[in-house]
Amino acid sequence: MKATEKPIRVLIAKPGLDGHDRGAKVLTLGLRDEGMEIIYTGIRQTPESIVESALQEDVDVVGLSSLSGAHNHYFPRVAALLHQKGMDRVLLIAGGIIPREDEPFLQEKGVRGVFGPGSRIKDIADFIRQNVRHKSNGDES
Amino acid sequence: MKANQTQLDALVARMLAGSKAALAKLITLVETQGCDVPELMTKIVPHSGKAYRIGVTGPPGAGKSTLTNALIAVARSHGLSVGVVAVDPSSAIHGGAVLGDRIRMQPHFLDSQVFIRSMATRGSPVGLPTCIGDVTKLLDAFGKDIVIVETVGVGQLDLSVMEVADTVLLVLTPDYGDTIQLMKAGIIEIADIIAVNKADTHAAEGLISRLRSVLSNTERPPVILATEALNNVGIEELFAELEKHRK
Repeated sequence: MKATEKPIRVLIAKPGLDGHDRGAKVLTLGLRDEGMEIIYTGIRQTPESIVESALQEDVDVVGLSSLSGAHNHYFPRVAALLHQKGMDRVLLIAGGIIPREDEPFLQEKGVRGVFGPGSRIKDIADFIRQNVRHKSNGDES
Repeated sequence: MKANQTQLDALVARMLAGSKAALAKLITLVETQGCDVPELMTKIVPHSGKAYRIGVTGPPGAGKSTLTNALIAVARSHGLSVGVVAVDPSSAIHGGAVLGDRIRMQPHFLDSQVFIRSMATRGSPVGLPTCIGDVTKLLDAFGKDIVIVETVGVGQLDLSVMEVADTVLLVLTPDYGDTIQLMKAGIIEIADIIAVNKADTHAAEGLISRLRSVLSNTERPPVILATEALNNVGIEELFAELEKHRK
């Protein structure tokens, strides 16, 4: 595989106590078939563990899933930690049950795309490919 | 996209000073440069050679990741730092991968002394990516006391783990097969330690005694023990055998 064909690395994470991860798993499999490398870290993660995993895995994308209504609490905390660790290059997206009226707030806090029920995997993959910031070496913390 | 020399030197310096972010980026560099990074490796090699490398291999679903998770806990209780490279296969159809080993190691995500990196095989014909040697050296140079390299689920013929391990730990389950099966050449021959995992599911004793009888006349018979990675059974004993083998 040539260096220029490096697959996009994605971390799919579920912060908080929401245990419904069928959607996260469907997306994980779907993005795999779009040629990406997906690390699903399981349920009951904290913003700290999500960002630490993203850092160690040097991912291009973090996708947060929440169906329990805690997105306004957890997603901005993940965004803030990514910023704190100098990981602004990471594309932050979200899915689950997120009311449309919450989207502007989340976007303002750093979530670049929100993909609720009915979203097509191909659309999510295209969004990722169009918005991912490719790595250059050694220019972040 | 190659890093220029100054950027590379800065990244290496930060990694050697303990920056996990720098380590992560160096691993990415190795992986994306087609494993052709001689200018980096000449800086890294002098700092490596101290870590104890454990290769964890075995068939798919045997419990390699779960066992690795349990071993990390024991290593940590002994005050040792751990680096893990956990490998999963890239799809031959679309090129993607689900890297599903880290999920078994959740208890250690926030332990500052544990570094876990998931890698896909990306076109390598064996159960480890082509750059695995360089990535292992990076974790070694970073200062990890123990580096665990976990292969994809392998069949009988994939011996790639040997090249990056001081000790090869083969993880099997009790239904691995009868005596004829165990006599076949391949992965069993290169194991230093065999863990018969999921030993609670049905009689592991049968497989263990068959293994002992088949392997008793080999030059260096492996240590064979029963484990239940999910129930944390046999893990301290396994760790003790690993320490013995190291010597």
